[in-house]
Amino acid sequence: MRSLRDMQCGKSAVVVRLAGEGALKRRIMDMGITKGTNITVRKVAPLGDPLEVTVRGYELTIRKADAENIIVE
Amino acid sequence: MKKIKIALVGNPNSGKTTLFNDLTGSNQYVGNWPGVTVEKKEGRLRMTGKPGREKWPQVIIVDLPGIYSLSPYTMEEVITRDFLVLERPDVILNIVDASNLERNLYLTSQLMECGIPMVIALNMMDVVKKSGDIVNPDRLSAALGCPVVETSAVKGDGSMQAALAAVRQVKFSPPAPLKFGETVESTLGMIGHVLKNKVANEVLKRWYSIKLFERDEKVREQLALSQSDLDKIENFIKVCEAELDDDSESIITNERYERVTSIAAESLQRNLNKLSASDKIDRIVTNRWLALPIFAAVMFIVYYISVSSVGTIVTDWMNETLFGSWITGGVSSLLESVGAAGWLQSLIVDGIIGGVGAVLGFVPQMMILFFFLSFLEDCGYMARVAFIMDRIFRKLGLSGKSFIPMLISSGCGVPGIMASRTIESEKDRKMTIMVTTFIPCGAKLPIIALIAGAMFPGSSWWVAPSMYFLGILMVILSGIILKKTPLFSGEPSPFVMELPQYHMPAAKNLFLHIWERGRAFIVKAGTVIFVASGLIWFLSNFGWNLRMVDQDESILASIGHFITPMFSPLGFGDWRAAVATVTGLAAKENVVSTLSVLLGVSEGAESTPALLASVAGMFSMVSAYAFMVFNMLCAPCVAAIGAIHREMGSVKWTLIAVGYQTALAYIISLLIYQFGRVLFLGHTVSAGTIAAIAAALILIWLVVRPDSNKKIKPPQKATS
Repeated sequence: MRSLRDMQCGKSAVVVRLAGEGALKRRIMDMGITKGTNITVRKVAPLGDPLEVTVRGYELTIRKADAENIIVE
Repeated sequence: MKKIKIALVGNPNSGKTTLFNDLTGSNQYVGNWPGVTVEKKEGRLRMTGKPGREKWPQVIIVDLPGIYSLSPYTMEEVITRDFLVLERPDVILNIVDASNLERNLYLTSQLMECGIPMVIALNMMDVVKKSGDIVNPDRLSAALGCPVVETSAVKGDGSMQAALAAVRQVKFSPPAPLKFGETVESTLGMIGHVLKNKVANEVLKRWYSIKLFERDEKVREQLALSQSDLDKIENFIKVCEAELDDDSESIITNERYERVTSIAAESLQRNLNKLSASDKIDRIVTNRWLALPIFAAVMFIVYYISVSSVGTIVTDWMNETLFGSWITGGVSSLLESVGAAGWLQSLIVDGIIGGVGAVLGFVPQMMILFFFLSFLEDCGYMARVAFIMDRIFRKLGLSGKSFIPMLISSGCGVPGIMASRTIESEKDRKMTIMVTTFIPCGAKLPIIALIAGAMFPGSSWWVAPSMYFLGILMVILSGIILKKTPLFSGEPSPFVMELPQYHMPAAKNLFLHIWERGRAFIVKAGTVIFVASGLIWFLSNFGWNLRMVDQDESILASIGHFITPMFSPLGFGDWRAAVATVTGLAAKENVVSTLSVLLGVSEGAESTPALLASVAGMFSMVSAYAFMVFNMLCAPCVAAIGAIHREMGSVKWTLIAVGYQTALAYIISLLIYQFGRVLFLGHTVSAGTIAAIAAALILIWLVVRPDSNKKIKPPQKATS
């Protein structure tokens, strides 16, 4: 079990669970990161945070702290 | 004749605004949704050139905010769902970005539950074709049960067909909502049964049932159910959650995405081996090493053209030639020729033309700036700015996009404040507006030059940089202080943001945007400034006997005298300094000119030796610095206050912003004067020093205290 935060650039994984609750969790799901979704880490911002990921065919940016809530395998 | 109301709904970056502009042209009304700073746009459908248009009903299009979902968590989403569910438009025109089908259809699946006839504008078909994907609109239409019209809003293709299809669709029934899995459906059925006396409308009952299943606070409040009903519903939800081993909100979202994914799979054939132009651009633009230099270069170009070079030339021309000599000269000689009284000439020429002209002078500069900003926004670069700068700004409770207003403010606070419009989150936007004028603007530079020249001759190189440094420090300090106050309470807005594909903006969009922003400024800020400049003219030219007097005997001067004691703790308890500070409200340049009038130096500017000598006699080094700091940080000029009011959309928030700025200016000047007096001038410790120590302690406490907003646990689903 590891989170999106621990993934290397260029690697893909499947979302297995979303931790957290409330607005943030809902927002992450609304943007298409749901159970079983394929997610690819594209790059890290020049200052080291946030991340850029590809999900459902589009580019999304998410902070590392929030990416911890996305459990992948 | 019956009116038809079309609600335009879609994801951000789906081309919604382009379509809206295409359909309504200049027949738009732009305002704010009541009570919030979210923009509301309405327009009449253009019918020109359509045969038989006299028989058509009047069609009003409401451009709803760009959203990804109908959740209760953001202002934009709440506005949209309240509009759909409570105001019941006749038809929804849902813009779906065909190049991003799944996420766009996710919103569609929620719109289908509103029980309103719907038409889908399948937009960005040109992008889809270019990328080699194939979308089948007929299959999509069959799966969703509503008409689908292909459009390319940027090129203007299909827009009118989509609008006309929407008008026709009014007579037909709404699409049937998507069905969820059995367990969820039976739970929804049971919740619906509880609601049978509460909600008469069958279609809406399903919408309310789903929202109650999601434990949506807003809907619970709206329906005002009895406690026993709520308990019953909670039981149903718990059973369902136990069976599906997830929380209800996730269950619904997952099921929606499952349905939508299969619909998208049926109607879309993806060309997998592609690297889009956007990906190629991003390889360079958000590259680890190149991103910051490119960002700096882009900012430099925008700033250089709109503030330093072209902008200044146009503004100077407006101020000096157009208003300064042509209009002033023309009006003066006209007034003289008709023999108008001296006071009337003065009111019109010095008061109104001077005041309003100074503000209108900014308009061309602002329009150039907004051209660049809306270009950067529309082409997709602004989202990358947020991506690149987020790390620095989020610690202050600001957005990565806050960098731009602050940069612009170093030229002029007015367009700086208005540039905050591109920040999505209302909280970040309000905070940015409150802190952005701490950065010294061009009009404050003469004050710096005056004090530097008068008090620190020969070694004044550090004075101006220290003011910029102080400004940045105040932004940081304010960010930390303000985000802990109840004003900015509630959950931080999640930063989960789309990086849209780059594309060439439609020229029409850019010009409509520039026109609309320019007009808004002229009208809204212009009325405030018109009144304010008339008032300040009156106060500085009339005495209490309502006769025209010299400035040093005017009402303004006596107000200056009256408030002088307030500035004593800051070291400039000289009535002339106080009056100069007050006239700085009209425009910051006035501080220097007022001082020169009051000190009896005719035609004094910031480098006139006689003025420098008089100023040097008025202040000590420390009090002069405190005076300068106060004028840098306190309430900005009326033009900027007008802009704050326009952007905040409320008098209360305008007063909060201006009040906070002035209070902070007072405290910082107090600290500088009182500590500087003891440390640099060797004065003894006094009551003032103790007050300053107390103020410093309060300030430190405000910075280091725990964040009261963090104690509130997330389950409260606050939206603001």
